[in-house]
Amino acid sequence: MKDADGTTAKQNKIEIKDFAFTPQTLTVKSGETVTWINRDEEPHTVVSVEKQFKKSTALDTDQKFTITAGAPGTYTYFCSVHPKMTGTIVVVKS
Amino acid sequence: MSEYISHDHEHDGIDRRGFLKCMAWAGTGLLWTISGGVLTSKTLAQIAKAGAPLTATDLAFLQISDSHIGFSKDANKDVTETFKIALDRINAMPTPPSFLIHTGDITQLSKPEEFDTFDQLLKSCRTKDVFFVPGEHDVLNDGGKLYRERYLKNVEGKGSGWYSFNKNGVHFIGLVNVLDLQAGGLGQLGDEQLEWLESDVKGLGSSTPIVVFAHIPLWAVYPQWGWGTSDSERALGYLKRFGSVTVLNGHIHQVLQKVEGNVTFHTAMSTAFPQPAPGTAASPGPMKVPAEKLRSLLGLTNVEYKQGRTALAVVDSNLS
Repeated sequence: MKDADGTTAKQNKIEIKDFAFTPQTLTVKSGETVTWINRDEEPHTVVSVEKQFKKSTALDTDQKFTITAGAPGTYTYFCSVHPKMTGTIVVVKS
Repeated sequence: MSEYISHDHEHDGIDRRGFLKCMAWAGTGLLWTISGGVLTSKTLAQIAKAGAPLTATDLAFLQISDSHIGFSKDANKDVTETFKIALDRINAMPTPPSFLIHTGDITQLSKPEEFDTFDQLLKSCRTKDVFFVPGEHDVLNDGGKLYRERYLKNVEGKGSGWYSFNKNGVHFIGLVNVLDLQAGGLGQLGDEQLEWLESDVKGLGSSTPIVVFAHIPLWAVYPQWGWGTSDSERALGYLKRFGSVTVLNGHIHQVLQKVEGNVTFHTAMSTAFPQPAPGTAASPGPMKVPAEKLRSLLGLTNVEYKQGRTALAVVDSNLS
């Protein structure tokens, strides 16, 4: 993924550990990717509350899920298996 | 605390206050039960030695939970082995239970091959009649479709898989609280299921013993870890008038018990791996213990109903 001046767009990471998304709030630019990686021994999912992006399958340990950040806005999500786990992605203009 | 018996409903020489006083001594997680007016605790090994068969009017069944077939990490590298040990214990009972109730998390990742392995292992059990409710691990990718195709064959499942049935005059209700969970929330039953529950028990006499089973606890064990059901109070409201209600849950992989009026809440051990006690770890995930200790933290629950008594006798035993 490249932006206007030809350099590679930033790849943002969220770690799923101890039944929490870290960082819980992440700010990214439109068009950048966001990758979740599960470091727990429990499977987790990533589900957009407002269905703003396609939901992940159940991620086992060390499995990843990636989306491309869309239009600017606030994207809240949670784990549908352990719904107490919530997170937010704030997308700003690139 | 008074040493006098003030309320002897069962006419067995024990009142609730005295029972709870004795419960405070138990501590170890082994449940003390009332039988013929005498407080006793039993392991399955002791039941095997005693050898007394049950009379025809009694009812004995067994709760098994959280087998997590497919799990293979530090906390237990072979969950099929510990599941087999649990089944061997059932088979060794002098009178096998009439049926089993599995309170969910049959598999680890809802995979067809995991369900297949479970079904294959279960064939070795002498008790063939098994009732299920799903755990969140059984409905990961398809809203529970595969689970329902396999595990509702002996019941009339409604909606996402709830149902009821009767055995020896005891009314059993299987509830599903692991689907359509809301962000930031707990387990959930939902309006459709709650309306069904209300009508399901409407025509029953209040002296009918009720057994409710669901995966996630139907009481607020530890909401911070999601160990509770947001709309369970509504369900319990429909059961308030009954003289004996026993609630059997899984999900937390440890025995916890609460008595509230006529309702006894009980959670079972897993046959796969233990989890930490509420608030004692960063999160509720699988808890690794020394290998020699593992089987003492896994187990089964024997439940007996005797005609003429109100409360069911609930006895936990471990796999060591």
